[in-house]
Amino acid sequence: MLKTFRIGGIHPNEHKLTAHCPVTPVAIPKQVSIMLNQHIGAPANCIVKKGDTVKVGTLIAEASGFVSANIHSPVSGTVSKVDKTANAFGLYATTIVIDTEGDEWEETIDRSPELKEEITLSPQEIIQKIAQAGIVGLGGATFPTHVKLTPPKEFKPTVLIVNATECEPYLTDDHALMLESPDQILVGCRILMKAIGVEQTYIGIENNKPDAIALLEQHAARYLGITIVPLRTRYPQGGEKQLIDAILHKQVANGALPVSTGAIVQNVGTAFAVYEAIQKNKPLVDRVVTVTGDHIAKPGNYRVRLGMSMRELIDIAGGLPQDCAKVILGGPMMGKAVSNLDSPIGKGCSGILILDEEHAHRGAINPCIRCGKCVEACPMGLEPFLLAKLSENHLYDRAEKELITSCLECGCCAYSCPSNRPILDFIRIGKNAVNRIIRSRKQS
Amino acid sequence: MVTSIIILSIIGLVSATLLYVISRKFHVEEDSRIDEIESILPGANCGGCGFAGCRNFAEQCVKATSLDNLLCPVGGNAVMQKIAPILGMQAVEQAPRIAVVRCNGSCENRPQTSHYEGAHSCAVVAALYSGESNCNYGCLGEGDCAAACDFGGITMDPITRLPYVDPNICIACGSCVKACPRNIIELRKRQEPRVFVACNNRDKGIIARKVCSIACIGCGKCAKSCPNGAITITDNLAYIDDSLCLSCQACVAGCPTHAIHVVNESAKENISINEKESAIC
Repeated sequence: MLKTFRIGGIHPNEHKLTAHCPVTPVAIPKQVSIMLNQHIGAPANCIVKKGDTVKVGTLIAEASGFVSANIHSPVSGTVSKVDKTANAFGLYATTIVIDTEGDEWEETIDRSPELKEEITLSPQEIIQKIAQAGIVGLGGATFPTHVKLTPPKEFKPTVLIVNATECEPYLTDDHALMLESPDQILVGCRILMKAIGVEQTYIGIENNKPDAIALLEQHAARYLGITIVPLRTRYPQGGEKQLIDAILHKQVANGALPVSTGAIVQNVGTAFAVYEAIQKNKPLVDRVVTVTGDHIAKPGNYRVRLGMSMRELIDIAGGLPQDCAKVILGGPMMGKAVSNLDSPIGKGCSGILILDEEHAHRGAINPCIRCGKCVEACPMGLEPFLLAKLSENHLYDRAEKELITSCLECGCCAYSCPSNRPILDFIRIGKNAVNRIIRSRKQS
Repeated sequence: MVTSIIILSIIGLVSATLLYVISRKFHVEEDSRIDEIESILPGANCGGCGFAGCRNFAEQCVKATSLDNLLCPVGGNAVMQKIAPILGMQAVEQAPRIAVVRCNGSCENRPQTSHYEGAHSCAVVAALYSGESNCNYGCLGEGDCAAACDFGGITMDPITRLPYVDPNICIACGSCVKACPRNIIELRKRQEPRVFVACNNRDKGIIARKVCSIACIGCGKCAKSCPNGAITITDNLAYIDDSLCLSCQACVAGCPTHAIHVVNESAKENISINEKESAIC
């Protein structure tokens, strides 16, 4: 019996169309746009101006606080403007636009393909370097990694958990990365272990990726303290709290940090980026993006320079199909529909999913029939139908008591609702409102 | 039979005494004027006065030293004139106000760039993305303001998909102002005619104009033409201070994008929403 988390969860059709597509590098775009708010936390401060020349890896925006991240140029060329442009959801934010000229990298970056295993830096130096390289959680949450590696003093991490579950349907970027660079990922894990001072790492991989499990198990034998944990395929196993429950059988108390269980969770893509930053001096300038959909001509896993426009990448993958009705940034469960395809690919973009007319639309909304399917599916043990109703009616006190803030917005409730109710939509606004109330209460 | 009567009478007597003693001991002295004022108030409990219902407003009136900052928007000056003699104070006549929608982004002015099919709530749309047009500041058209109005004073126009405030019903309680996630609705003085900037876009002119043909681009022409200095430009957006506006309309003709609106209530024909055809976009 394989391990999995204990409460709720669903198993949607996997649709991993690109599971066996190797990581393909795509041509360097002629122009890139870099948004300053592509991570959680304070937007970075732009330190270049129009006309400046930059190389690949040049720092172009500096973290503006502790919870913020540096941004580096993904191409070499000239800054053509610093202005507001619309992101994928049509919201305007400050963007640095760079016109590409050639492909000249900063001299300090080691571009040789050799694996470098020896870790020479001290834990503090590692964390500092990760912060300098602008690494954020690459699973999609984009939380700055150096912040996660410096937990509050009262918590002592005892174990590192690496999230390689890729529980979202359709997405395969982590899968492809594991098949391409298993050793780099494992060295990345060793670096993270040294940074937080733990002796044990568990890499959780769902059993729909048997080739990745076998390959990593074979390579992990050479590294001390790294165990591969095959998990039963279930959504949302990649949620931090769900993964801790699945692997360690420990539950994170309400409102507590996941590190209170002694575990620090990092994404497998992040581990790879950490390897490149520490061993090769390479900041976060590219990432693997899955472009997928039932009718797209060339679905695949592409290694993309950050800042490339989504439309350009979709064109490389065969262009928008005739019957395209919706484009989703991320996976189908937690991803959001895109309203502006000319926006750039950011650090958190794990996939672009193109849905046809048949699958793109929501069903007609019917009244709640109190079947309890959402309660059964909720991985946090909440009552989604109630939370949605409470926030729809602005009853925020009660919603707070019903623990609306522990919702992880996985969408299991809306997925399992036979009446197609927009449960998550309302929970999300209620959660934001309650968080706002809690913050203002703390301030006063 | 007799025993039961006696026992019941004793229980009744003891309970009555107990209740009497308790009611004396825990008696709360309440100003009788609160009840009196409450009976005058309309009893809509809309919260438009800024307090939690009519009784709370009555309590605040009794506590207050002057009625200057207290106004029941539903009852208006007439009710305040009745309240004033009870408290032995003077009620200052306050200018009546009305909710004004500061967005004119109908389909022909602001092209639709996406189609939304989630929950019908502006708050939900605002949390997700820019809305069906690319304007980050404009009306989202899902009708949170209409749903919030206790008096049915706001209806969503099916053609423009913008809220329409009925001047005969609106009492400026402010529920819609709070409900709008984009802060488009504002309470302004009822002037004849009413002049205001029907735009809320704070982006630079070039971006604002790209998303909507009648957006305020913050050019400042109106501010220069105003004889009374009522117009200020902040964050690329013109704002007309209604306490200084003379309704002269000098700003209207000069506005290059026609973002400044004039509403002439008395001349306006009464549009019935039902007669209009269904939405065109």
